[in-house]
Amino acid sequence: MLNSAPDLHSTETPLLQTVGLTKRYGDFLANDRVDIEIWPRQIHALLGENGAGKSTLVKTIYGLIQPSEGEMLWQGKRMILSGPSEARSRGIGMVFQHFSLFDNLTVAENVALGLDGKETFKDMSARLEQVSNVYGLPLDPKREVWQLSVGERQRIEIVRALMQDPKFLILDEPTAVLTPQEADQLFIVLDRLKAEGRAILYISHKLEEVKRLCDTATILRLGKKVATCNPKAETASSLARMMVGTEIKEVRAGAERKITVPRLVVNDLSLEPDDPHGVRLQHISLELKGGEILGIAGVAGNGQDELFAALSGERLSQDPGTVVIEGVAAGHLSITQRRKLGAAFVPEERLGHGTAPRMKLSENALLTGHAASGMVQRGFINTTATLKTVDRATEAFDVRKAKRDPEAASLSGGNLQKFIVGREILRNPAVLVVSQPTWGVDAGAAAVIRQAVLDLAAAGAAVLVTSQDLDELAEITDRIAVMFHGRLSQPLATSEASREKLGLLMGGSSLDEREAAHAVGA
Amino acid sequence: MELVEAIILSVLAASTPLLIAATGELVTERAGVLNLGVEGMMIVGAACGFGGAWLSGSTIIGALCGIIAGALLSLIFAMMTLGLAVNQVASGLALTILGIGLSGLIGAGFVGERITPAPHLHIPGLTDIPLIGRILFGEDPFIYLSLALIVAVWWFLYRTRPGLVLRACGDNHVSAHALGYPVLRIRTFAVMFGGACAGLAGAYLPLAYTPFFIPGMTAGRGWIALALVVFASWLPGRLVIGAYLFGAVTILQLHAQGAGVGIPSQFMSALPYLATVIVLVLISRARTGGSTAPAALGTVFVPDR
Repeated sequence: MLNSAPDLHSTETPLLQTVGLTKRYGDFLANDRVDIEIWPRQIHALLGENGAGKSTLVKTIYGLIQPSEGEMLWQGKRMILSGPSEARSRGIGMVFQHFSLFDNLTVAENVALGLDGKETFKDMSARLEQVSNVYGLPLDPKREVWQLSVGERQRIEIVRALMQDPKFLILDEPTAVLTPQEADQLFIVLDRLKAEGRAILYISHKLEEVKRLCDTATILRLGKKVATCNPKAETASSLARMMVGTEIKEVRAGAERKITVPRLVVNDLSLEPDDPHGVRLQHISLELKGGEILGIAGVAGNGQDELFAALSGERLSQDPGTVVIEGVAAGHLSITQRRKLGAAFVPEERLGHGTAPRMKLSENALLTGHAASGMVQRGFINTTATLKTVDRATEAFDVRKAKRDPEAASLSGGNLQKFIVGREILRNPAVLVVSQPTWGVDAGAAAVIRQAVLDLAAAGAAVLVTSQDLDELAEITDRIAVMFHGRLSQPLATSEASREKLGLLMGGSSLDEREAAHAVGA
Repeated sequence: MELVEAIILSVLAASTPLLIAATGELVTERAGVLNLGVEGMMIVGAACGFGGAWLSGSTIIGALCGIIAGALLSLIFAMMTLGLAVNQVASGLALTILGIGLSGLIGAGFVGERITPAPHLHIPGLTDIPLIGRILFGEDPFIYLSLALIVAVWWFLYRTRPGLVLRACGDNHVSAHALGYPVLRIRTFAVMFGGACAGLAGAYLPLAYTPFFIPGMTAGRGWIALALVVFASWLPGRLVIGAYLFGAVTILQLHAQGAGVGIPSQFMSALPYLATVIVLVLISRARTGGSTAPAALGTVFVPDR
């Protein structure tokens, strides 16, 4: 089980050990008697589906959550943490998945807040520059965080953790938002930290990455530890099987799809952002035919949200011709009018954007279906029809819920996403625009959703999928375009879109060259 | 010249309660809490301030009573919005209604009484300099205090670590909690500071502005203070400019009415409020780059343990 030698200075005790660690929320066991051992000079992967209890476990180790039962041993001695600052003082550092940064404060102020304030701000700033140079993580201490890219934000988190000289560093899904090249740079830093004798706990969904980087893997399922193994000796599918507990259905592309007429066309769309931290859309053009699936890749925050708003009609365009749905200039049309043209939209945020959290599923079905699905008759809501929509979506997409018509917020992420995608697909749209269809969704539900998207395209609809998961785009799309700084690259055929090519486009490099050439030509 | 001096003196006096109350609210909002109860805390501060001064004969004790009353009232607000996670807008409005009623009850016995107003500074030689002497060296102590207060708040927010932590709580309470800062405790202190300032601002009215108490004497100054914080885009420097600008509009409309300018008096009295609306519109239109409001302003935070 152990494949890394313990540090020379410490004897045969692990750096950190949890014994029977349990966290209970009412009747729900988020962690159920979890035992885990972390040794120095080790990159230890923590694997599991959403809701398996990974975040609860690391928050307990970082002192944010008090365990209900069980104990933690730090270098062999019992450790009770009153809070994160105590964890930090013992040498435990953490890089959060949802960054714990403050957008309106500067880089240096953000770092200062993560330290314990024993040095002056000036000394701290000097040390910040020194640490960021030593590890090759360049940062400008005076800039405010909202101006920075996602990769730069993560650098702040990592530098902040490193400035405490931690013995043990926890990283929660650090590569989820990075381009492949940025991820490679991160791995170099992590290997270096390991060589310095530090231990790393690495949470990730990306199994190939875990196989490449990690020495040991602990797998959680439904709050329990199911296995500890050497990921290098496993295959990605054997790891996935341990995480999910059953085999995952493969998505089938089906027969050759018939490519028909253009159903969604975007002509030179430019749009100013309506919020001060937003992205300006610049000269976006694309054409999407029936039977086609186009993927839009790119690091989050490069204009994908703004493009979605412009396509769905949440933002209107001055020029009607910029968005053409089913041959009708629709840039100036409202969401409802676009739905009547046969378009359907699935936004990224499930709760609050895709559904009203405190409303029932039938009411949520009505919210997007009222215009074009016969749910409203002479101004009155036909509750039989709305309930029937819920039943159909439940049956077709295997939505698991406690009762027939619960509140949207009571469903798990995967089930709610299946319901939302189902609600839109059951309307038989001619155009489906879907953003992050399987973000934070368990593997089983993700397979159902991807299959449904493929089937919809096979039935003749045009589908536009925005995703940060390159594997997902490779699996279901025909062509992939990349968004960077509000511009959209030329689409590549998915068969020719290697991770390297996409990574370069996501970093903005070759896009600039093309544009320069374009400018010279014009 | 006499008239100019008189106008400047009265502008300074009219601006001071706005400045003190807005300074407190600025700190509260910077921590991420929107307390709409400024008007209520001010009017209770005015009643208690007058009562304290009348019973003890001391301006200082009166001011202290106002501060304590404002802070206690804000503690009720803190218990509701921070302890019980109640909606801040509704709680703030309720606090104002409570304050107006409470001040009537407390002040009922004092209506019609008079006290000696707070003495003005007098430095022989300096205060006697023509024109600027009285303006710079002959004010009441609250005016100097209000300026010292806003400088101290600026220094606290931008030059000290607790100030940085407070701003961090207002920007992103989830992150602040994740880093181990006691968000609710910090916010409680910020709310109480805001309450203490509102109480002092209210007490200023009967202690220095007009030496008697009448119910409802704050006359909407709490609402102007709230608008001032937005006007200043949560920056202490702009708050000073804003407070004196609004004080000036209030006084100038009085003088304009006195001089018989042919504009209906109701319109003139509405000027400060109209200016508030116009300024808010202009600011929201001109907003570019970084957002100015504390990002967590007015949102409820419940830490998971």
